[in-house]
Amino acid sequence: MTAPEGPVAGEPDEVLDCLGQRCPLPVIALARRLPELPVGAVLRVLADDPAAAVDIPAWCRMRGHDFLGTTGPAHHIRRAR
Amino acid sequence: MIPSPVYLDAATAAPLHPVARQALLAALDDGWADPDRLYASARRARQLLDAAREAAADTLGVRPDELSFTANGTTAAHSAVLGGLAGRRRAGTVLVHSAIEHSAVLHAAERHVAGGGAASEVPVDRLGRLDLDAWSRAVAGPGVALAALIAASHEVGTVQPVEAAAAACADAGVPLYVDAAQTVARMPVPAGWSVLTASARKWGGPPGVGLLVVRKGTRWESPWPADEREAGRVPGTVNLPAVVAAAASLRAAAADAAAEAARLAPLVDRIRARVAAEVPDVEVVGDPERRLPHLVTFSCLYVDGEALLHALDRRGFAVSSGSSCTSSTLRPSHVLEAMGVLSHGNVRVSLHRGTTEADVERFLAELPGIIADLRAQAGVVGL
Ligand SMILES: Cc1ncc(COP(=O)(O)O)c(C=O)c1O
Repeated sequence: MTAPEGPVAGEPDEVLDCLGQRCPLPVIALARRLPELPVGAVLRVLADDPAAAVDIPAWCRMRGHDFLGTTGPAHHIRRAR
Repeated sequence: MIPSPVYLDAATAAPLHPVARQALLAALDDGWADPDRLYASARRARQLLDAAREAAADTLGVRPDELSFTANGTTAAHSAVLGGLAGRRRAGTVLVHSAIEHSAVLHAAERHVAGGGAASEVPVDRLGRLDLDAWSRAVAGPGVALAALIAASHEVGTVQPVEAAAAACADAGVPLYVDAAQTVARMPVPAGWSVLTASARKWGGPPGVGLLVVRKGTRWESPWPADEREAGRVPGTVNLPAVVAAAASLRAAAADAAAEAARLAPLVDRIRARVAAEVPDVEVVGDPERRLPHLVTFSCLYVDGEALLHALDRRGFAVSSGSSCTSSTLRPSHVLEAMGVLSHGNVRVSLHRGTTEADVERFLAELPGIIADLRAQAGVVGL
């Protein structure tokens, strides 16, 4: 299975800088922040740990949020509910 | 109080089978001479080696001259891939393989690509099942020399559709290599392959013995410098006592395979069901039905895999993990990545003939508390 790749149209509502953090820390930061944003908001998580590219989409699936795609270390998530 | 140890990592190495131990001790006295020499002690060694080969071949349903003993499952896999490609060099340079092969196969593929060859990776779905349509298209493509498919995933236990994949290979005229390390002596050997490998320590044989089987008529050429031993397929002296023990325990384990599978599969079912029900935010991965009888894998959200292994070890549980923090490369398991499942907080539990229901119950009783403690320490409860 491959995650959608590519730039996301428009700018995110917020950027979460998790560069240098090892998994599961970027996923934990995402799980803390996203519910504080309004439904529909887009969060960009910057995470360069290779596991983040696997675990952020998996978290979105488990929690029912929209994973929009990854470009380099930037992962885009939309709060869906 | 130090808890009694519960070993749950048979997919790495099963505890030595009693038949292996007995055969190993006997062969240490009898099997030290070189089987290729012409004196009495060498002839005795030759008899032991021939008998081991016949027993192993008979268990797998192949001819003795098709089977060679290797130094481990890794070199067997390297030989299978590189030798299968070398023998079909005139047909092409492409290696087709699934995305969830063992690292031994992937490293051989990297070597092949570095030397100017090509590799084509076939994806799996979220349960870790081969995409058969993509596989059929890939093996029918131009210049395919060899296809490699793991019989069952060593990380998540999903059994692969080997016979259907073999049929696609046969239609395309491409030989199939099957890495059967996790299925030999646990499940029947599938049909349709040209090259097959296995590893003795997975069935309770000693560490450091592998099997390389090359079916008659397969174009396979040794990738190693010339050597006349093991039908020219494997250079160097075999570890004869270990080989004797491997063959004896293979026969014993294969004879018990159906009964052991019937005993262990319900324990795996129980782990799958209870972990999913009793540990919050856990993803039990792998095919719930077409899977190995002895192996189960799950990932726990927000938990550090290394911390989890250490916490389990302190309670006496030996398990392995595909999480990045537990690997020397700090990369998550390519298998979990290919499936698109959570890779952190990952645990692989694999059972063996010594595993009791009480062991499993103790693991299931302690696991939820261990994970709850780790989550509390990390401040991630309720996320
Ligand atoms: C599927 C698979 N292939 C190959 C190997 C390599 O075998 P060995 O450990 O004997 O080198 C293993 C075990 O590590 C395995 O699980």
